[in-house]
Amino acid sequence: MSKAINEVKSTVVPVDIENVDTDQIIPARFLKATSRDGFGKNLFRDWRYHNDDESQPKADFVMNDPKFSGKFLVAGKNFGCGSSREHAAWAIKDAGFDVVVSSFFADIFKNNSLNNFLLPVTVSEEFLSKLFAAVKENPAIEVQVSVQDQVIEVPALGLKEQFDINAYKKTCFLNGYDDIDYLLSIKPEIEAFEQSR
Amino acid sequence: MGKTLFEKIWDKHVVKEIDGGPSVLYIDKHFIHEVTSPQAFKGIEKRGMKVFRPQQIVATADHNVPTLNQHLPIGDELSRNQVQQLIENCAKHGVELYGLGHPFQGIVHVIGPELGVTQPGMTIVCGDSHTSTHGAFGAIAFGIGTSEVEMVMATQCLMQSKPKLMRINVDGELKNGVVSKDIILYIIALISASGATGYFVEYAGSAIRSLSMEARMTICNMSIEMGARGGMIAPDQITFDYMEGRLFAPKGAEWTARLAEWKQLYSDSDAVFDKEINIDAADIEPMITYGTNPGMGIGITKNIPSDATLDDNEKRNFLKSLNYMGLQPDTPIKDRNIDYVFIGSCTNSRIEDLRMVADFVKGKKKADGVEVWIVPGSKQVELQAKNEGIDKIFEEAGFMLRQPGCSACLGMNEDKIPAGKYCISTSNRNFEGRQGPNARTFLASPLTAAAAAITGKVVDVREYLN
Ligand code: SF4
Repeated sequence: MSKAINEVKSTVVPVDIENVDTDQIIPARFLKATSRDGFGKNLFRDWRYHNDDESQPKADFVMNDPKFSGKFLVAGKNFGCGSSREHAAWAIKDAGFDVVVSSFFADIFKNNSLNNFLLPVTVSEEFLSKLFAAVKENPAIEVQVSVQDQVIEVPALGLKEQFDINAYKKTCFLNGYDDIDYLLSIKPEIEAFEQSR
Repeated sequence: MGKTLFEKIWDKHVVKEIDGGPSVLYIDKHFIHEVTSPQAFKGIEKRGMKVFRPQQIVATADHNVPTLNQHLPIGDELSRNQVQQLIENCAKHGVELYGLGHPFQGIVHVIGPELGVTQPGMTIVCGDSHTSTHGAFGAIAFGIGTSEVEMVMATQCLMQSKPKLMRINVDGELKNGVVSKDIILYIIALISASGATGYFVEYAGSAIRSLSMEARMTICNMSIEMGARGGMIAPDQITFDYMEGRLFAPKGAEWTARLAEWKQLYSDSDAVFDKEINIDAADIEPMITYGTNPGMGIGITKNIPSDATLDDNEKRNFLKSLNYMGLQPDTPIKDRNIDYVFIGSCTNSRIEDLRMVADFVKGKKKADGVEVWIVPGSKQVELQAKNEGIDKIFEEAGFMLRQPGCSACLGMNEDKIPAGKYCISTSNRNFEGRQGPNARTFLASPLTAAAAAITGKVVDVREYLN
């Protein structure tokens, strides 16, 4: 299956909290696995459940509210700060999200997302607060994003914004290329560089 | 136009620039540990590859190890399996491993510098955000994710966009009782937990220059807590004196040659930074955090901020944090009771930290009802503490000296702070649940933590110094 992503259209899950660190996205005690799969069930574990099993969900957390679902995770500013654990991006992707929307992302999280075909979309504070308000009012509201056009929009609100993604990463997303494929393709140049030092 | 310290190193490591994209950056040293490496090893094996430059990797087991009875098999099956996989992966790929039981084992950011692996002018990465620690030697050092660990294993390179550059100048003299941890907590409180996102930070100024290498490491270590990609300090005589004679430091003629190169590693006087911040060292008090991100810090004599001037959104986030901590706005932080004291982590577990604590507690006893864990950063630190008799001082004080590892810094291994309890910690993160589900963390310096251990409260350590 190609990992490529261009257009996504879906409802959203709003996590209206700022400074969500990767310890919240996935607590360290769930990092003991040695494969990349299965982290989705521990996404936001301590906000979602009272205990380490799923028997006592916390009613007030949005992921436990059946009204909200979709491929977009929308969060407050400075999302993904703290630990470099890529498990955070794996957990979000594994839980069924393709896009994370915030007004500000921490650097390492952003890189990790890009490396896992989880699209981080940085929007203005204004866009974000309007989106939060709209979703709370109407959980069925849809958002759509196009990587090709670098546009995110909420058609029902007539809200539309350009977002940044560097040209290289855009090509990766549209074609499903990994950085590692590229680096391997220039290995002779890397070896030449080593020789020249 | 002159170059910054960062640019001098960066430019020497660019293999290739990509139009409209990142640069291909060559990596000199790669540290790995058990938690963020297994999927990377799997990745290259799936491609039928071996590690490209195994001699440039150093491995240790730190995050997921117990800190008592390390000679016994690890009790938790998943943890044991993860540590075992590291052993197997390293053996298979010819990577040097300082695992449990090895005299060099310890927290990855403690052992790199102490072994002389970390050197000025290098590019250094690790699948761990506190890789910024190594920047104290005048290196470009930063944390990466597991996909990037895989890239470095496969090609010794990474795709990186050049960050913006910030310089933070701390000038003047520190007040008595104020140490390097207070400087960095002060800076993060000043510019917020996201204030340096997108930047690489150079720390400069007379107060920074006067610090020991270990104190400098504490500062660079926490750069990530304000969102910075990394932090660095230009190497100087203090750096060279620290390094000379260390196991993997260059020797003889090689040392002389490298030293001449390292002495060129500073920001030229006409170098330009995208942002510059100036701080007077005399303004810094012993610091403590009250909230759930490292930017929520205050001087020990101050009140927890009021929510009165915040807008609705800020207020909601602020009160969520205080609610978790069981604290009220606009109340003093001083004199609050604590239950646990954790002295350890890659921020403050080096020998100078242990000496600082030992000097303070010598002849004193811990407060009743307080549990005190001292977790040395490495086997070598542990040994040195024993050689210096520091272990006896801790024992007499009623502290528990444990074995090296990340321990209660991250709530992953067995060492966790129980729900609802207050822990004053010399580590770097006070996030919800960081030290265990519902544990409450006050971040502070080793000195402030030592005073808390003796009094059982958050106190102004200056009142206890002669
Ligand atoms: S001591 Fe804490 S911050 Fe440092 S490497 Fe270990 S877990 Fe990470």
